[in-house]
Amino acid sequence: MTWFFDNLSYIRELAWRHLWLSVIPVVLGFVIALPIGYAARRWRLGGKTLLSLASVLYTIPSLALLIIIPGLLGTSFLDPTNVLIVLTVYAVALMVGTAAGAFGSVSESVVDAARASGYSTWQRIVQVELPLAGPVLLAGVRVVSVSTVSLATIAPLIGVSNLGSLFTDGFQRYFATEIIIGILCVVVLALLLDVLWVLIGRLTMPWLRVRGSR
Amino acid sequence: MIEYRSVAKTFPDGTEAVHDFSLVLPSRSTTVLVGSSGCGKTTLLRMVNRMVDPSSGQVLIDDADVASRNPVELRRSIGYVMQHSGLLPHRKVVDNVATPLRLGGVGRRDARSRALAALETVGLDPTLADRYPGQLSGGQQQRVGVARGLVADPNVLLMDEPFGAVDPIVRAELQQELLHLQRDLGKTIVFVTHDIEEAFLLGDQVVILRKGGEIAQVGTPAQILADPADEFVRSFVGLDRGRRTLRIQEVDGKRVVVDADGRAAGVLA
Repeated sequence: MTWFFDNLSYIRELAWRHLWLSVIPVVLGFVIALPIGYAARRWRLGGKTLLSLASVLYTIPSLALLIIIPGLLGTSFLDPTNVLIVLTVYAVALMVGTAAGAFGSVSESVVDAARASGYSTWQRIVQVELPLAGPVLLAGVRVVSVSTVSLATIAPLIGVSNLGSLFTDGFQRYFATEIIIGILCVVVLALLLDVLWVLIGRLTMPWLRVRGSR
Repeated sequence: MIEYRSVAKTFPDGTEAVHDFSLVLPSRSTTVLVGSSGCGKTTLLRMVNRMVDPSSGQVLIDDADVASRNPVELRRSIGYVMQHSGLLPHRKVVDNVATPLRLGGVGRRDARSRALAALETVGLDPTLADRYPGQLSGGQQQRVGVARGLVADPNVLLMDEPFGAVDPIVRAELQQELLHLQRDLGKTIVFVTHDIEEAFLLGDQVVILRKGGEIAQVGTPAQILADPADEFVRSFVGLDRGRRTLRIQEVDGKRVVVDADGRAAGVLA
């Protein structure tokens, strides 16, 4: 405990870096996965290929990806951008399937009704299908968020410090306290982010809070 | 006036929903398409607002082919009420009703006040306006659906089994209100149902359909009852079961109308 308080400002700094290293990929992953998931849902045949492609992405080992990306993009090896890109790739890979399922969960009859009321295709997607896919999308974001926070701990291996630094550092010094505190901090961060997503969900989907409503 | 000219529809999977259908639906009156499931009645209805495009033939509204209209614009100009209300579960009742107005470019405040007025027209308590559809009963949702169909004051109103999913008492209530509304509003209504009683109650013109959208008979309810075209129509409207063949019996000096089985149907005034 004393170690924790002695290093509070250091840990806060690491947590802060960890936070944005996680939030940016989750948000980017969400935004990128939405259209891909929608497309996968719409075009049945190509959709299957898209979805399998996404899961293949997820099987690429993260360290390998971290080493390939600077070569591909010409970024410096120590650039945090590499981490952001890798985490975004995994977020997309996880999220595409959920997004496809989320759009699939929207009732056909409601979509039909929207069409009959005179919604244009765009208006229907944005104002009807997207919000109604919301609950499933939210569930997906929560999973991706937890996985990203945990995956981000590999960043110190390529010189980008965050809460994972407490693992590598504690491991090198045979200092268990630091590792345990590192784990706890990562868990707390993941939980805090989860609460954030749930709150955002509540604010953006008020109809779900009403009893007896879908 | 709505006119079907030799309309046919074969769906991509090969089902022939409508074979060759021609009919004129007079303005400011209710035409009911009635038939068993699979007779193509819903397909015919959905051709009016281009939710379905015919494989051949034309559908005209006031002599203009709907195929020449932009489908989105067309749908906004036509009221549509469907079974299970078709309300958007994530929008409040008042916003659901205001949808056609908002899509048509009416300002938020104006749309809201007109939506509230429409809710009143269909006999809904304004306190329900800020609820979500899921919080309403089936009958209330159906009323909201009617309000949404009427809010933009369209000339044409399409109703696809709008009262099919509510219980008989509420259905009777909704039917009476529709009759009442129609007396005031005089819309051109196309109404689809499989219930011949509903068809006779609401229809100025009743179209009895066989499979493939083939017309078995067109006429007013009285014409159809007085002169059924064939056995199919006789049986469809219930003339073969004695329920419709009424006669008068004197009981205590009053003239009581009874059916073929002697069951009382009413009293002559």
